[in-house]
Amino acid sequence: MGILLAVGILVPLLNLTVSTAHPLHVSTYTMTLLGKYLCYALLAMAVDMVWGYLGILSLGHGVFFALGGYVMGMYLMRQIGDRGVYGNALLPDFMVFLNWKGLPWFWHGFDGFWFAMLMVLVVPGLLALVFGWFAFRSRVTGVYLSIMTQALTYALMLAFFRNEMGFGGNNGLTDFKDILGFSLQSDHTRAGLYVASVIALALGYTSCRWITTSRLGKLATAIRDQEDRARFIGYRVEDAKLWIFTFSAILAGIAGALYVPQVGIINPTEFAPLASIEIVIWVAVGGRATLYGAVVGAVIINYAKSFLTAAFPDAWLFGLGALFVMVTLFLPHGLVGMARHTYFSRKRAPHAGT
Amino acid sequence: MFKRPAALKNWFFYIFVVTIVWGCGYLHPGFAATSGSNVFDDGIACLLDDSFAQKAAAVEKLADSGDERAEEILQALLAGDLFYIKATQQLVVSRAEGNGYALRSALTGDALGVQKKRALKKVGINNTIRGQLESALARLRLSHPNPDIRLAAINQMLGTITPNSAALLRGLRDSEPDRDVRVALQTALSLIVLRSGPTTDKAQKQAALEHLAGNLNPAVRNELTLLAGNEADTQIRLAAKAILDGIDARLAFFNFLETLFFGLSLGSVLVLAAIGLAITFGVIGVINMAHGELIMLGAYTAYVLQQLLPDAIGAALMLSIPAAFLVSGLTGLVIERTIIRFLYGRPLETLLATFGLSLILQQAVRSIFSPLNRSVATPAWMSGAIPINAALSLTTNRVVILFFTLLVFAGLCLLLKKSALGLQVRAVSQNRAMARAMGVRAARVDALTFGLGSGIAGIAGVALSQLTNVGPNLGQAYIVDSFMVVVFGGVGNLWGTLLGGLSLGVINKFLEPWAGAVLAKILILVVIILFIQKRPQGLFPQKGRATG
Repeated sequence: MGILLAVGILVPLLNLTVSTAHPLHVSTYTMTLLGKYLCYALLAMAVDMVWGYLGILSLGHGVFFALGGYVMGMYLMRQIGDRGVYGNALLPDFMVFLNWKGLPWFWHGFDGFWFAMLMVLVVPGLLALVFGWFAFRSRVTGVYLSIMTQALTYALMLAFFRNEMGFGGNNGLTDFKDILGFSLQSDHTRAGLYVASVIALALGYTSCRWITTSRLGKLATAIRDQEDRARFIGYRVEDAKLWIFTFSAILAGIAGALYVPQVGIINPTEFAPLASIEIVIWVAVGGRATLYGAVVGAVIINYAKSFLTAAFPDAWLFGLGALFVMVTLFLPHGLVGMARHTYFSRKRAPHAGT
Repeated sequence: MFKRPAALKNWFFYIFVVTIVWGCGYLHPGFAATSGSNVFDDGIACLLDDSFAQKAAAVEKLADSGDERAEEILQALLAGDLFYIKATQQLVVSRAEGNGYALRSALTGDALGVQKKRALKKVGINNTIRGQLESALARLRLSHPNPDIRLAAINQMLGTITPNSAALLRGLRDSEPDRDVRVALQTALSLIVLRSGPTTDKAQKQAALEHLAGNLNPAVRNELTLLAGNEADTQIRLAAKAILDGIDARLAFFNFLETLFFGLSLGSVLVLAAIGLAITFGVIGVINMAHGELIMLGAYTAYVLQQLLPDAIGAALMLSIPAAFLVSGLTGLVIERTIIRFLYGRPLETLLATFGLSLILQQAVRSIFSPLNRSVATPAWMSGAIPINAALSLTTNRVVILFFTLLVFAGLCLLLKKSALGLQVRAVSQNRAMARAMGVRAARVDALTFGLGSGIAGIAGVALSQLTNVGPNLGQAYIVDSFMVVVFGGVGNLWGTLLGGLSLGVINKFLEPWAGAVLAKILILVVIILFIQKRPQGLFPQKGRATG
């Protein structure tokens, strides 16, 4: 938390106040990159909530992330107004291009920032609620549930690739101009978005921590370890799963909504099954059921990805693939688990045998 | 230019001979063959003439000659492949080869080696002759000794037929030995009757209509549509309408059959892709996310073998079935021994580890074979289509793959039901602890099962290489679908996988025209998601104390 706070205050400060020549200056590019990682970290935390604490391996959390992103993208598209390529104040460019006459019904209301922000919470949350209600009620668990979440993200990817859906087809939504009247190109707006990401991550972490230490959190751990026993004791297992799953989906949606204005585009590849599985590996590398492990994993892997895809484009998939195998075989508790283990074993060295 | 007088002299001479011989032929049918061959030589001589009028006459002569060589020569002429050697005035069919042209004598068919373009002169044609050639070729084919070619020729000319050819067709019909060709000729005559306008007798028209009932040729349908809309006589119009409705009903039926076939074909591919997965998932309870990549390896095996044996495509394909089984099967064994066996009892971790493997395999293939798609050639006996009737023809490779799937399925069933390994596999999948207590070496069974499932994935890859291009992403496209099939059919149940795969394929193809390909796929995914809610154990739940 302390580190997060320090990073949250220092980076934008160093970006805005220190002159570009100064060695301590943080470039806007670096800050935006960090902001992106923070969004990923929030997303990883959302996955950690359901996988680490609830035992549900969701291979489709990218859906909620992308939906949040699309909602934000829709708001940003409406903010473009008549500054698009076609200069049409009523319709986004891609609709003019597709020769559409009017705005589809689901695009209405996205002129308003607060309505859009509400939708960032509602859309992923509602989908998770409906999906979870169906899945948990009929007691679909384990690999079945994983495959179903993957099918969900696969189906939505196919759907969003269609132009007829009204979300820009395979180009997605892009070419954003400004948010709440501030230009997205300016350093100040970017710093603002960065700070917003830091705050969101901090709030997300606090609320996740609060939930996992609450009675609901204890129940979740119980469900993860022995679902039937928890049910026999008399807990409403379905309800607990449903609420945590929905909460996690909303977190993912918020991460997506913060991600889109910083990278400037949202398209259907965010729905790709691979994207969703990558999130899981962040969590696995960082360490399951630790929350901050998810944050660490997301940042480290994405940093490695940014570095490796630029330096050795061919090696990245080899590295990622090997990471999957190695982590599951040799690091079942992730980096955090390893760090903890060495820390504790040094402390308890005389007793040994844990 | 200087050769014209000579040609002309020939020409007169031939007319003289032809007239005489024709006269003889008329009296004695036995002479007809000789006369034909003379007309043929005559036509060949005219072809060498520069004037288009002479060439036009030559075309007619060749077409009427009844000589077997005529068709080939006319076709070469139409395609612009007919030349003569300047020095010897010899007529040749040529094909571009390297810098020169490979020549073949047009008359004897002997190869004449390669010549430079300079030594040759093309027999040029104009548009009039081109049209004449087409109709001459059609006529030639109408009297071709092979009934199938005659039939095809008739069906081809149905759309453009005119009353002028009525006499010719009638003559052909009366002398036609083959029943099918006779019926087709009658169809052509009926169309002529219907097209002949108001002067024709009504009863005749009605008889013609009668004959067209149930005919699936598009030309017939077009004519009937015209008739049902424009005919002045109400009775005929109504009759045409009724017959048109009958034809449409038949067309709809064959359309249905075609969709069913495509559905079964898609289903067979799904079954082939999913069946290996069904075995591993059913026995070990492990989801192998690298299954799609094992399919891909099989497809690349087919590609590599074909590169090694470029002259024997069919043999290479046959050889690649066992080869792909070995390649993918061994890869699967290695995966099981080095990774999966350490993760038993942790299905979610297995899922992640095998997913990592799939990334590695994909990238490896991308590095070795380049990220571009490769195409695997289809052997001649698998290409083309099997025509059932005018409205329905089945693509041969899809039919072959459908049967191949059933063969693989039957073999697998036999293996699991009759062999000792099959018995052990079934025992372990039903109750691992009890099987081990009875002395089954479960770890060995696990490894072999995994190898078997992977090997079948390789075979599936060979089959897929005949339907789509082979690329690094080949496996990914099938992995989600394969899981859906396994889950839909019921885990650990081969029959469930077969029925599940086939029905998913059929449902998909029936939804496609109604909803579009992508939406159909989405609908299927949604339906399966809902289906799993209702029946988590699939269509055919496994009996016994499944370890699940």
